[in-house]
Amino acid sequence: MRRIYLDNNATTRVAPEVLEAMLPCYRDAYGNASSVHAFGQEAKGLLDTARQRVANFVNAEPNEIVFTSGGTESDNLAIRGVVEASARPRKHIITTRVEHHAVLHTCEALQKTGVDVTYLPVDSEGLVNPEDVRKAIDQETILISVMHSNNEIGTAQPLREIGQIALEHDVYFHTDAVQAAGKVRLDVDEWEADLLSIAGHKFHAPKGVGALYVRKGTRLRPLCFGGAHERNRRAGTENVPQIAGLGAAADLAVSELEKRSQTIAELRDYFENEVFRRVPEVALNGSRASRLPNTSNLRFERADSEALVINLDLEGVACSTGSACASGSIEPSHVLLALGLPIEQAFSSVRFSLSRYTTREEIDTVLEILPGVVSRCRQATPVGARLHART
Amino acid sequence: MSEKIVVAMSGGVDSSTAAALLQAQGYDVIGLSMQLWDYTRTESAAGQPREGQPNSGTCCSIDDIYDARRVARFLNVPFYVANFEKAFEQEVVAPFVESYLAGETPIPCVRCNTFLKFDYLLNRAAQIGAAKLATGHYAKVRFNETTRRYELLRGADATKDQSYFLFEMTQAQLRRVIFPLGGFPKSQVRAMAARYGLPVFEKPDSQEICFIPSKNYSAFVESYVAKSEPMSSEGSASALPEAAQAPSTGPASPHRKSTLRSGEIVSSEGAVLGKHGGIHQFTVGQRKGLGVAVGEPLYVIQTDAATNRVVVGRSEELMKRALIAHKLNWISIERLTQPIRVKAQIRNRHEAAAATVRDSADGCVEVCFDEPQRAVTPGQAVVFYDDEVVVGGGWIRRGL
Repeated sequence: MRRIYLDNNATTRVAPEVLEAMLPCYRDAYGNASSVHAFGQEAKGLLDTARQRVANFVNAEPNEIVFTSGGTESDNLAIRGVVEASARPRKHIITTRVEHHAVLHTCEALQKTGVDVTYLPVDSEGLVNPEDVRKAIDQETILISVMHSNNEIGTAQPLREIGQIALEHDVYFHTDAVQAAGKVRLDVDEWEADLLSIAGHKFHAPKGVGALYVRKGTRLRPLCFGGAHERNRRAGTENVPQIAGLGAAADLAVSELEKRSQTIAELRDYFENEVFRRVPEVALNGSRASRLPNTSNLRFERADSEALVINLDLEGVACSTGSACASGSIEPSHVLLALGLPIEQAFSSVRFSLSRYTTREEIDTVLEILPGVVSRCRQATPVGARLHART
Repeated sequence: MSEKIVVAMSGGVDSSTAAALLQAQGYDVIGLSMQLWDYTRTESAAGQPREGQPNSGTCCSIDDIYDARRVARFLNVPFYVANFEKAFEQEVVAPFVESYLAGETPIPCVRCNTFLKFDYLLNRAAQIGAAKLATGHYAKVRFNETTRRYELLRGADATKDQSYFLFEMTQAQLRRVIFPLGGFPKSQVRAMAARYGLPVFEKPDSQEICFIPSKNYSAFVESYVAKSEPMSSEGSASALPEAAQAPSTGPASPHRKSTLRSGEIVSSEGAVLGKHGGIHQFTVGQRKGLGVAVGEPLYVIQTDAATNRVVVGRSEELMKRALIAHKLNWISIERLTQPIRVKAQIRNRHEAAAATVRDSADGCVEVCFDEPQRAVTPGQAVVFYDDEVVVGGGWIRRGL
């Protein structure tokens, strides 16, 4: 069976260019980047190149880039790092209800240690009102963490306004740009971001590597100790091959971003319009105007999303009910609930996410399969909604 | 295209072999596993096996989903996990605990079949486009052309027969299930598993209640109540499911508090013989662990939630001529129109005994045995057989 991958917000295929950049690091340049000798220097050179590329990618200086194991670590380092570096007796964080769990669960863990956290609501499209951010700031606020774009629905937040507010109040501003990276241009200066998280595997680098942008002068306590790596921000021997891959993926994105976004958005819009035309009772979750170019989160009324995903998989189409990190969970998506959707609608929503590898032909195949699958799913009682209806 | 069938795969030998058999018969097999219970929840109380009771071969732990996935990969069939933890807690675990607290000895497997496998899972199968769901149960289904009804029959292997656990199945459910192992003895199933090269062919049988691998039921009940109690909203005995779902503050249930409290062990004549640590620690017919010595062996003959007493007596006091059962389900007949002669089975491993079943008040039936039966236990099922055919069954309310 020919398989079609429309779950690129979960993870992406490693680009051939990226793989090519990584292989020599395994074969030849296997030195430890901290070593004095030629092997070490070669590895260090690769590391420096990657750092420069990632810096370009987010419009920063190379010495503001800390390589990590991925998005989750970057978010943890940003939030816990700021909190633990602050000497204030009371500490307050502002974030939103639609953040990724890497942010939400970190904040919840900090709450248990006495940190105050405000979780801002969003409107029906998933957008945060910057005025809510301003109103939530108090004397104790040390950090604002608002994601660039949502992983489930793709809604892109008004980062420029929020960043300005953070700047005016002299509060650190972190943005989780994991889902935005490689899809739209990242610019830490435009958003006045002090901290920004990215993960390689969302834009055709391998899993297990990411980065945190840390603006010069930001007070940040490391999560782990054991060496002076990454300018004392992150101890541990640098994962040179994967970091080289991250650099190559960043470079690839920078070189083709505009065209990539436009092509994918056209394909996504074609897909969406055709779904609306061919399948009755479908609605869009999120914001049409302020949204990632590759994401389409659709609500198929009266169909069970788990069943839709399984049915589509059986037909060779990969998509998901929402965040991959939360699938297999019985809880409805916290993002969809935050939009104000009732539980049964949250349980009938499916995310399709495209990439530079998605073709028009693939989309046409999906469009042929989808109407029958939806109608079949509508004939059986939704399991998820039923579970919750009983409580 | 071949017919799509969903196989409920638990990772054990039986359901794995069922999947392999159906695949060999040309079905388009899709494996589904149910994730039912978060084992970290009752770790402290129930996670440690009691001495002398090895923790082996339970039916649906996380390991088993791993095994099910392994088998599915081996067979090269699509495999999915359905997370039914919430439904399992509501439909199976909470009623299990409530039943113990009411002085009964419950069998959660029946409710798991009724509500999880043949409701939620069957529904998921339909959503996937599979007309039928197969499980590894040792039982048979057939359509009776004369009565126009689907019938449930004992499995061919008398030592493995699971029809007792399936007595609540409806006609609509029976119409859509397949039990591929119903005609085989267990030994042959293992041989087939080995022949197919299934990676689980040597796995021990599951025997105990899957969510209590330690087999320490009373510790489980205590731990579950302790965790739910501070959160229960009403002082009612049925507050458990809600309490487990939506934490809120409020007074604890007096009913449950008293049930977990120590009370008196009394003789059938009412003489106080000792103290017990909570009636949920006792089951009818139990002899060990009473802590009272009166010169002759004593058995639990009743656990009374109303008085929080455990009544003990001599062996012959365990013998009952009749019982009252409620919440009946009929399979081979539409309903009970006149007294019928059956073989009635009152426990999973009980040898069904000749009896007459007749209507009683309030939708109950009275089951009169030809010969008195030992340890009629409230909370267990009584299942009626006509030879190999399940006529119907109900839940034992009390012995007479």
